[in-house]
Amino acid sequence: MKLTDHEAALLAGDLGKAHQLAMRLMVATGEATGATSFVDIEFAHINSCHYSGQLSVDFAEFLLEAGADLAVPTHTNASLIDCHQPNLRPAEQSPDAVTGALRLMEIYEELGCSSMWSCAPYQHDEGRPSFGQQIVGSESNAVSFFNSALGARTNKYGDMLDVSAAIVGRVPLAGLHTDEGRLGTQIFRLDLADSAFDDPVLPHVLGIVLGQQAGTSVPVVDGLPSATEDDLKAIAAAAATSGAVEMFHVVGVTPEAPTLADATGGRNVKTTRVDATVLDGALKALSAKTSGSLDAVCLGTPHFSITEFASLRDALGNRKVDPSVNVLVTTSRAVRAELQLRGWEEELVNAGVQLVLDTCTYYPPQAVGVAGTVMTNSAKWAYYAPGMLDIDVAFGGLIDCVESAIEGEIVLGVGR
Amino acid sequence: MTPERITGRLLLAGSAEGEVLALSEPLSLWGGLDPSTGVIIDRQHPQVGQSVAGKIVAMPGSRGSSGTPGVLGEALRCGMGPRALVLTKGDFNLVAGAMVAETLYGTSCPIVVVEPDVLDALETGSMVLVGE
Repeated sequence: MKLTDHEAALLAGDLGKAHQLAMRLMVATGEATGATSFVDIEFAHINSCHYSGQLSVDFAEFLLEAGADLAVPTHTNASLIDCHQPNLRPAEQSPDAVTGALRLMEIYEELGCSSMWSCAPYQHDEGRPSFGQQIVGSESNAVSFFNSALGARTNKYGDMLDVSAAIVGRVPLAGLHTDEGRLGTQIFRLDLADSAFDDPVLPHVLGIVLGQQAGTSVPVVDGLPSATEDDLKAIAAAAATSGAVEMFHVVGVTPEAPTLADATGGRNVKTTRVDATVLDGALKALSAKTSGSLDAVCLGTPHFSITEFASLRDALGNRKVDPSVNVLVTTSRAVRAELQLRGWEEELVNAGVQLVLDTCTYYPPQAVGVAGTVMTNSAKWAYYAPGMLDIDVAFGGLIDCVESAIEGEIVLGVGR
Repeated sequence: MTPERITGRLLLAGSAEGEVLALSEPLSLWGGLDPSTGVIIDRQHPQVGQSVAGKIVAMPGSRGSSGTPGVLGEALRCGMGPRALVLTKGDFNLVAGAMVAETLYGTSCPIVVVEPDVLDALETGSMVLVGE
């Protein structure tokens, strides 16, 4: 790679050991991707602050001791811990993880990160990069949302690489940072009846299909008439769960795809047809249970937005959930502040809904109340949780989840 | 038996000699490898149940999550990591995990990128030499 004087000084350790290791990691990243130069970044959303073993704490302590500072505004991804409800994951049950996760939260705040603790930072002004900005993302749904829905530019940087980029303020110019790397390379043409577009689970299931069939290509969805930001969040999360999609286009919806030709750069690319049979297969694979008793409902993967809370309120009406069903909704501190402002938090709590902040309910160690048969409206949750927690999943739309929580057993199709 | 020398592009310097574990598919480390034992736990992976500890792991690459560097680094910290990695494409997440573990704990895990036919020819159990 071609280094500027400043970059060479960073690599030589002139600015200290933390900057040196960060720069070594960035140069290695450049060499692995074939980049020849760096590009400055303006924003970072990092996952290094998420506990994944003693190494993550040792690395953070190393940065702190070596006097690392951050070159760009840097926001934290979700943690293992809900600081407002420490008993969600009791320290006595998994002391290393809980102690380590708390220490990580302290260190990254001390390093100067903004305390976002959310996998959906883009729901807030300060965590929302603008079109064309060069940035760094790590959490898979956020990477895909930044690229696809906002037109900001990032590859998916793993733990330790993300904060390294934020320390040196640059990344190798490669992949989704370049115009060429962002062009769609596989078209997914929807061949569905009009009624299919009213199904609230469509974006989730479509995302699963994209992830499974896109491989390392940049998929272009053609034939989806509209999509809200919550829909794009669902597609982004699901496609990065079942596969490795870091960016997708929706023709007529996402900012770099006003037309199909814009999305592909006018090139002829492979077309894959998506029909009801394909979607139905993916839907069935997400749901181990479609009837029977229910122990919990988990919503908010990725973190629930204020518009999703509005839909939840509407679906509940003035009813309460069955007391035998634990209903947990994960969201960010910022959305919670908005709920309080609107007086919705009290209403939701009175209806039997438990808010969970800063974390997610599918991460191990298992959260209190998440056991047995659990229903979710998130394909990402439904895909990951059975492997990570000892539970059975039922998957359905938000209205199905709410009706089931009220009935105390799985009911599907009420809202259709 | 004289170990066969693997030549390719070194992404992380070092040298290692040992027994090959050949993985037929990319491995998702986060959720797919237990770093405290080195055992592959991804039930969808063809080599589930095998241990990467002390092996020269030959695989097309890693798959999935941003947790990849942390899991590789943690396995190396625990002494349950691979002795070296042989890949067919540059994988910066694996380089990051090995480089951080090397800096923090003095472990060694050279990473070399080879042509696909070189990778295909590597068989589990054979002895190879990687690096300088």
